[in-house]
Amino acid sequence: MSLKAFHVIFITAASLLAFGLGAWMLRAYNEVQVRSDLIYGIVSFAVGLGLLVYEGFFLKKLKNISYL
Amino acid sequence: MEIPFTSKPRPDTGIYNSKVGIWLFLASEVMLFGALFSAYILLRVGAPEGTWVHGLLNIPIGTFNTAVLITSSVTVVLGWASLQVGNFGRYKFYQAITILCALAFLGIKSYEYREKFLHHEVWLNHKIKVKHGHQEVETDRIIGHLEYEGHHQYFWNTKRLKGTPEEKDKDGKVIKAAVPPVESFKMIPDAFHYTMTPKELAHARKESAGVAHEEIEIKASDVKRLSAFVPSHSTYFAIYFTLTGLHGLHVLGGAIVIFYIWGPGAKMWKTDPQRYMNRVEVSGLFWHFVDLVWIFLFPVIYLL
Repeated sequence: MSLKAFHVIFITAASLLAFGLGAWMLRAYNEVQVRSDLIYGIVSFAVGLGLLVYEGFFLKKLKNISYL
Repeated sequence: MEIPFTSKPRPDTGIYNSKVGIWLFLASEVMLFGALFSAYILLRVGAPEGTWVHGLLNIPIGTFNTAVLITSSVTVVLGWASLQVGNFGRYKFYQAITILCALAFLGIKSYEYREKFLHHEVWLNHKIKVKHGHQEVETDRIIGHLEYEGHHQYFWNTKRLKGTPEEKDKDGKVIKAAVPPVESFKMIPDAFHYTMTPKELAHARKESAGVAHEEIEIKASDVKRLSAFVPSHSTYFAIYFTLTGLHGLHVLGGAIVIFYIWGPGAKMWKTDPQRYMNRVEVSGLFWHFVDLVWIFLFPVIYLL
């Protein structure tokens, strides 16, 4: 597996973490209503989406490099 | 004698030798971290209710450190991609950011460790009243900062309260001065305790935000046990320091290798560019593994 393939796996895992953290923070906001938790949750979801967009850009840029 | 397949791929495997080597190494690393993760999960699910430490780590700092590592993974791969198109200057720039990110991660982690070493828990012989959020509760366990003679103290434990006698060598020369016993010290208590449920703890944190904490004078004779947040404090901190310490060592090792390839080892780019690119890729694979471990470590240790 090349660095390209591993990077794709890593970014996918990182975006899943960002979505998970976002959900976690929104749940915390729902329970205790701390405003920073809401902002934290929204920013986490935005970062997760940003990472997926970056992944698409990365795959397009490095399409000539092998996955092996 | 030239070592074969350091630049060109082997016809039978389709990849060069050091890539096979790094994946075998990473497989052993998966077993190492996998065993520690399993240990964490088994200890966690086996802990009696209300005894597992939670809610004491700083989630924003942990999140920032996660972002630092994700950034470093992006710069590692962009550096490698720059070499693929022959842009050595850009590679140097991206890898410099990677090394700075590694140092930033270790610096932030050290700060977190320092905070833990400054924090203490005291178990008392009798119950006293403390504030948890807006509520006043009676408890015999307090967590918070410990102050003695006007300074916050690190690494204090029950033994420290008793003091230690002077130590001399065989010639009678004092090699370690006596540490006098402590009669009393001050605790600046947190407005919560980890034995609370996550919801209660979050409420107590919210209610106490921005409120000055009252100091409590504690007599040494009232102390049953005293411990800083160090591995001997609890099973949680033992596994926390083992996992994060081992991960930190991997970050340090990876940063040293990347620095060597980036700095003194960069001469190879002129003599054997393909082999140099392979080195960068292999170090990048290790770096991604280290970062991936953190992606699993962060939610398990900080959130759950």
